[in-house]
Amino acid sequence: MRRLGLLLVAAAALLAPLAGAGAAEKFITVQSTTSTQNSGLFDHILPVFTGKTGIEVRVVAVGTGQAIKNAANGDGDVLFVHAKPAEEKFVASGGGVERFDVMYNDFVFVGPKADPARIAGGKDAVKALQTLAASGAPFASRGDDSGTHKKEKALWKAAGIDQGKASGGWYRETGSGMGATLNAAVGMGAYTMSDRATWISFKNKGDYAVVVEGDPILFNQYGVILVNPKKHPHVKAAEGQAFIDWLLSAEGQQAIAAYKINGQQLFYPNAKK
Amino acid sequence: MQLSPDRPARPAGTGGHVLPVRATGVTIRRGGRALLDGIDIGIEPGPLTVIMGPNGAGKSLLLRVLATLVRPDAGVVTWGGTMPDRGRAPQLGFVFQKPVMLRRSAIDNVRYALKAAGVPRGERDRRAAEALAAAGLERLAGSPARVLSGGEQQRLAIARALATGPEVLLLDEPTANLDPAATLAIETQVQAAHRAGTTVVFVTHDLGQARRLADDVAFVHHGRVAERTPAHRFFSAPSSEAATAFIEGRLIP
Amino acid sequence: MQDFGAAFGEAFRLLVSLDPDLVEIVALSLRVSLGAVLAAAAIGLPIGAALAVARFPGRGVALVALNSLMGLPPVVVGLLVYLALSRAGPLGPLGLLYTPAAMMIAQMILVVPIIAAVSRQTIEDMKEEYEEQLRVLGVGPSGMVATLLWDARFSLLTALLAGFGRAIAEVGAVIIVGGNINHVTRVMTTAIALETSKGDLALALGLGLILLGLAITVNAAVMLLRRTAGHAAFA
Repeated sequence: MRRLGLLLVAAAALLAPLAGAGAAEKFITVQSTTSTQNSGLFDHILPVFTGKTGIEVRVVAVGTGQAIKNAANGDGDVLFVHAKPAEEKFVASGGGVERFDVMYNDFVFVGPKADPARIAGGKDAVKALQTLAASGAPFASRGDDSGTHKKEKALWKAAGIDQGKASGGWYRETGSGMGATLNAAVGMGAYTMSDRATWISFKNKGDYAVVVEGDPILFNQYGVILVNPKKHPHVKAAEGQAFIDWLLSAEGQQAIAAYKINGQQLFYPNAKK
Repeated sequence: MQLSPDRPARPAGTGGHVLPVRATGVTIRRGGRALLDGIDIGIEPGPLTVIMGPNGAGKSLLLRVLATLVRPDAGVVTWGGTMPDRGRAPQLGFVFQKPVMLRRSAIDNVRYALKAAGVPRGERDRRAAEALAAAGLERLAGSPARVLSGGEQQRLAIARALATGPEVLLLDEPTANLDPAATLAIETQVQAAHRAGTTVVFVTHDLGQARRLADDVAFVHHGRVAERTPAHRFFSAPSSEAATAFIEGRLIP
Repeated sequence: MQDFGAAFGEAFRLLVSLDPDLVEIVALSLRVSLGAVLAAAAIGLPIGAALAVARFPGRGVALVALNSLMGLPPVVVGLLVYLALSRAGPLGPLGLLYTPAAMMIAQMILVVPIIAAVSRQTIEDMKEEYEEQLRVLGVGPSGMVATLLWDARFSLLTALLAGFGRAIAEVGAVIIVGGNINHVTRVMTTAIALETSKGDLALALGLGLILLGLAITVNAAVMLLRRTAGHAAFA
């Protein structure tokens, strides 16, 4: 019995700090997207907020679709994503309190510099997709119900192309995050659509470059929502609201605008005053 | 559950006699064949009994039945006139053809047996040391048992079986895998134990070994005891045809 | 591929500078996986020993199930643990989701079948050898289990090691239930996944090399232990 007892004591000693980590004093959990995480924005702005309020922000970065589902399950205090129609549905269903615009950036099409589909330099995203589809050049899609994926599907619809029929052919759904999809696209010489922030901070660009940008339809709005404490009583409403208020405040908005990589601004704050 | 073996497997001081060990009408069938066919045999206190017979006659199986390692399909085994029980197992020492060495030192192998027999902790060291000394293994007491030579391992197995002071020692062809020198050492060890008062049952198919050891011979053939005869008569004038043929070195049907 | 050279450089740089973030990540990986393996051993070893020693109806089915569970995809385990620990799930009120404890639970579930199956095999092999000897010594079933576990202890280390290998290298489950939260639930594998998705392949590979080094160290330590403990004699 003695040995087993020792084993149990050792196990308990090992586990105790882990259990404690689950109950740290003041923190909130934010369900967010890979684009904000991978771009490094959170690493830049969160220390400012935590330094001011003492509230630690724990970010779970998944696709927008999964982030919304997690938030609907009550697994998070704040939802910070980029798919306005889905966000509004989430609020309407009672899952969230209210949606606020926080910032935007835009989507870009990236592809190999050789540009086999001859779409480089265009400003019309819909037309570019039509040209691309006709050329048969491969296109890598997130295929993961993320905000970026939702946007991409809307663009195909606007172009009048049923890209799903080409799935497995020139249309390749990676079912992964933005970074993984960029890696896949570079690996197989496919075009893809990315949010600008992830693209700028992406380090495995190879010979890839932005081929289409600047179309107003490629606008990418981020919104923030407090998970509804009426539905999920454990939600840290005060701390979560403090984070939202700070994001929308002049200080938060400046912190977002100040984040740059290689001198390029990644996100443009646009909270309503 | 505990990981340490430091616990008696049964209460100390249980026991009672296992002799006479008796099989009555013991039958074992495998695949439609009777390997033991209604055997009756009794082991009384005293003599060194050798169980002989050709390969496949059922002598090893018979020994295992007597030790309750194999349950008969029909018939009964009794120890000291009653049904065998685990508490008396240490009274019946058993040595396998291939010695099973526990993964610990030589002396710890003996200590383990003493503990399993319920010998009080304070006595174990002394008795284990005595058992090793009797087997001429005191020099190897601290050696891991599994690195000993084949002959040393078998001597240790016998020392381990004898350490608990059993009434009877059953040995299943203990020298089958050993060279002549090691075989001689084993025979000497067994004879010493017998002289010290332990009843011995020794299975072998080696005629020379049987001549050297036996007071009494049980000849097993086709799953039956063909004859049971004092040694001096068995080797000169066996009563069964099968034993006669075996002694003369003829093939027996 | 120029990434290989860069990867070694990065790994070396991280190690030499004892990068505090790296130290934190490695420490958490070890704590989570060691905790998971210890917990899994407390459950898996008795299961393995019981399956090795006991004969009961349905044992064959249990063995098939156990062996199949060894191939359980981590993502499925992660999903099941997520569903259980989610605020909307049955264990939601415990508030364990996105904590190291949740990661440990997921890894433990992955490791229990491995430890149980490998120890079952180890103990059963030894039982084949020991059983009759122990019976003639008058050792009963519980004493037999204790003796088998004790005498097989060095071989059973291999079972724990196999479990640890699976736990420390696994990413699918911990990224779901841990959330890969910086400074809270980020471990080696989820950090590698993150750096890969950022396209920072050199850093990802560097972390991978450190993980490999860790695995080699642990394996070598266990092998050394088995050696010095008298491999020839006791194993």
